[in-house]
Amino acid sequence: MVTYIIRRLIWAAAMLTIVSIVTFAIFFLVPRLAGATPESLATRYVGRTANAEQVKIAAEKLGFYDPLVVQYGRFAKGIVAGSEYDYGPGVEQCPAPCFGYSFLTRLPVWPDLLDRVPVTMSLALGAAVIWVLAGVATGVVSALRRGSFFDRAAMTVALGGVSLPIFFTGMASLVVFSYGYPFEITAPGGSFTPFFENPVDWAYSLILPWITLAFLYAAGYARLTRAGMLETMNEDYIRTARAKGLAERTVVLKHGLRGALTPILTIFGLDVGLLLGGAVLTESTYSLPGMGKYAIDAINSQDLPKVMGVVLFAAFFVVVANLIVDLLYAVVDPRVRLS
Amino acid sequence: MKRRTTTGAAAVGAVLALALSACGGGSSTTPKDSAKPAADGAKAEFNAALTGIVNPSDKKGGVLKFANEGDWDSLDPGDTYYGYSWNFVRLYGRSLLMFKSAPGKEGNELTPDLAEGMGTPSDDAKTWTYKIKSGVKFEDGTPITSKDVKYGVLRSLDKEVFPDGYTYFNDFLDLPKDYKGPYKSKGVNTDKAIETPDDQTIVFHLKQPLSNFDYFAQLPATIPVPEAKDTGAKYREHIIASGPYMFQKNEIGKGFTLVRNPNWDPATDPNRPALPDGFEVSTNVNADDIDNRILSGDLDVAVIGTGIKQAALGRVLGDPAVKAASDNPTSTRLWYTSINGNVPPLDNIDCRKAVQYAANKVDYQTAFGGEVAGGQIATSLLPPAIPGHEDFNLYPPGADNKGDLAKAKEHLTACGQPDGFETNISYRAERPNEKAAAEALQQALGRVGIKLTLKPFPQADYFALYAGKPGYAKDNKIGLAQNGWMSDWPDGFGFLGQIVDSRVIRDTGGSSNISVRDPEVDKLLDQAMAETDKTKRDAIWTAIDKKVMEGAYILPGIWTKSLLVRSKNATNIFVNDAYGMYDYLGLGVK
Repeated sequence: MVTYIIRRLIWAAAMLTIVSIVTFAIFFLVPRLAGATPESLATRYVGRTANAEQVKIAAEKLGFYDPLVVQYGRFAKGIVAGSEYDYGPGVEQCPAPCFGYSFLTRLPVWPDLLDRVPVTMSLALGAAVIWVLAGVATGVVSALRRGSFFDRAAMTVALGGVSLPIFFTGMASLVVFSYGYPFEITAPGGSFTPFFENPVDWAYSLILPWITLAFLYAAGYARLTRAGMLETMNEDYIRTARAKGLAERTVVLKHGLRGALTPILTIFGLDVGLLLGGAVLTESTYSLPGMGKYAIDAINSQDLPKVMGVVLFAAFFVVVANLIVDLLYAVVDPRVRLS
Repeated sequence: MKRRTTTGAAAVGAVLALALSACGGGSSTTPKDSAKPAADGAKAEFNAALTGIVNPSDKKGGVLKFANEGDWDSLDPGDTYYGYSWNFVRLYGRSLLMFKSAPGKEGNELTPDLAEGMGTPSDDAKTWTYKIKSGVKFEDGTPITSKDVKYGVLRSLDKEVFPDGYTYFNDFLDLPKDYKGPYKSKGVNTDKAIETPDDQTIVFHLKQPLSNFDYFAQLPATIPVPEAKDTGAKYREHIIASGPYMFQKNEIGKGFTLVRNPNWDPATDPNRPALPDGFEVSTNVNADDIDNRILSGDLDVAVIGTGIKQAALGRVLGDPAVKAASDNPTSTRLWYTSINGNVPPLDNIDCRKAVQYAANKVDYQTAFGGEVAGGQIATSLLPPAIPGHEDFNLYPPGADNKGDLAKAKEHLTACGQPDGFETNISYRAERPNEKAAAEALQQALGRVGIKLTLKPFPQADYFALYAGKPGYAKDNKIGLAQNGWMSDWPDGFGFLGQIVDSRVIRDTGGSSNISVRDPEVDKLLDQAMAETDKTKRDAIWTAIDKKVMEGAYILPGIWTKSLLVRSKNATNIFVNDAYGMYDYLGLGVK
């Protein structure tokens, strides 16, 4: 078990290194191959009034004249050993892990990222609880009452949930519940209250995003659970369980659902991992200052240190979530042994 | 209103070296000189806030909620170059002069702020002196002196630390050679550029005459900065206020809160009523969400002031009640097409005139969003809000504004191309409006045989490598180029300097002037720069406008307009012409 975890952690570190190289190449190598010069790359870091000399100074300062390997090495060194930043009157230390400084906000990327984590985590985990409970429960009931009105209705709603893009359901929910028409209910938008500041406001500010996000995922989970349950409930061991005289509730929950959970757990790990890296559309629609909004704002403003930081951070969550899922397989399915 | 800039600092020999924006514990009384709410105020109808004050009130208290779909370039007064930011910065900073907080054309007038009066120029307009009011303090109670103003200006010169600002002071002050600001050139004597003979006097020395330096004195860089509390690039995180409000909380990327500055003395400030108790500002908020929240009353102001987006347009214009609570100001931005006289056959003035006559101005307007959200059809360069603007149209495009094809063919014949000619039209690939305008021109000019081929280029290199690089434009036959310009302040100097002066055109590219090469225009610009009489100066701007249009170097498209929706909770709402958006100083809470 321990060996397995160590091996997976080494693999995870290698994966993150590869992701960082690929991301770096996308933003620094590909433009160069397409004809960009160090000066043209530097123009996005200088003001709108910069002349050629100022652009050249910026390119030198940013190390754009150095070979790309050297530039990547400097970036990687910053993450491992930290870096320095000239803010005018003095030089500031950027301790490891230093993902660099945003050249637009003049803030170090790492604390900025950490600042966004509670928002995204609140959104992702809260929505995950809703979609797992609602999706799995709906899937189980639909499977047990296959062909019933409930089954058909639930699957129709699920189809809608999967089909409707989040920017539509998000905007629709805001129109109905937040802008004062047609209902005079005003839920806050564009704000986030930290849990430890005020748990009630925290939940209130997230209820619409949770439901919107969960609606999308719950639909998929309901369909997946239904299909899994239909298959599992026809297995021989279910018949055996019933033959042993177990209560139907035990048969369904302990034997049927447990067997159907493995693929759901796999996809759940991936989904949560991805969402922890930023629910871009949900956060943008509701103006939540999370990782996804941070990423999209960074991309729109071409703030490359931020983009690099958020990509690596998101990749970290996906890798970690996968690791946790792999470990949980052994818990859910006794046939799985980690070695 | 964003004042986006695409140019670097441009030089005109030793004369014009500008970097202009292209494309772009309060008191219980209201100071008597600020925008005075009339007892009745303007009737709350469409465009009422353009010339009057809607919901006049002098009630104090309450908090106004602002939202920004993006974020400030910087809240630091020495490092900001957005029009909305210059409007907003007056809440927490006081510059030497400022635009009057008043509706209509009065908003275009300068008035003393930190200074006791307007600038006193020397005879040659190369030295400008300002006296600073006494009793003015920073938020920490420290008295503000001329040295704080000087320091604020000097630090803003360091474009490595403050890259977002303008370069007016870099270009015009008589600075010591190789001076790079107080961080890198520490201890260097800068008295030859800015003198502070006593705590209340500041004297600016320029390299050349500048008749309208007072406009420089209203720039946010003249907002005082205490040297002891300057943290360079990090100063934006905690700015020391000199205005009626100060920062209580500032989370860059998310938003900030302004509260009353207990050390602001209204007796020294007749310009600011300072009615609300504070401001809550959210940044990076979904643009459609902002529009909807303003319409529902949950939010008060979309701070960037560029108007509501397409998604909410129908709701505003389609509902008479909502429309009555909106305003449609014209900004000082012109979208236009440069007609490059370096590219044959457009080196012939008649070929250029044929383009002017054949253009369909209605389709051009539609390409930019139509009459309300796009703009007003332009007939010359200077927008109506800029002094010197005169209504004239040398190339009337027919009664329906869709082009005068007979006149166009007449000029084609005169230029030896009776069947038309072929050329290319460039536009910035990331800008769908420019593409649509280029397509509209392609169709319109095709009616007289002028065949245009569309050439998109990346906006980052548009002026430096493509349309703005004379050699490239000529070799690749870019006869027409989509372009845009907005002045930094409502004055001919700010509007025309960078787009009609042939001396800003460099072989290496980078100039926003792509097409105007007329020595007489250059001469007129020099005359205007030295003319201290405003009326005479404004007449020169008019003459320049006419001269450029006579040469048919520029096809004016539209003067932009925006549709602003008034807050349901705010009082004293009016549009300030200097910014083309609601004046943020006047607003109060119901």
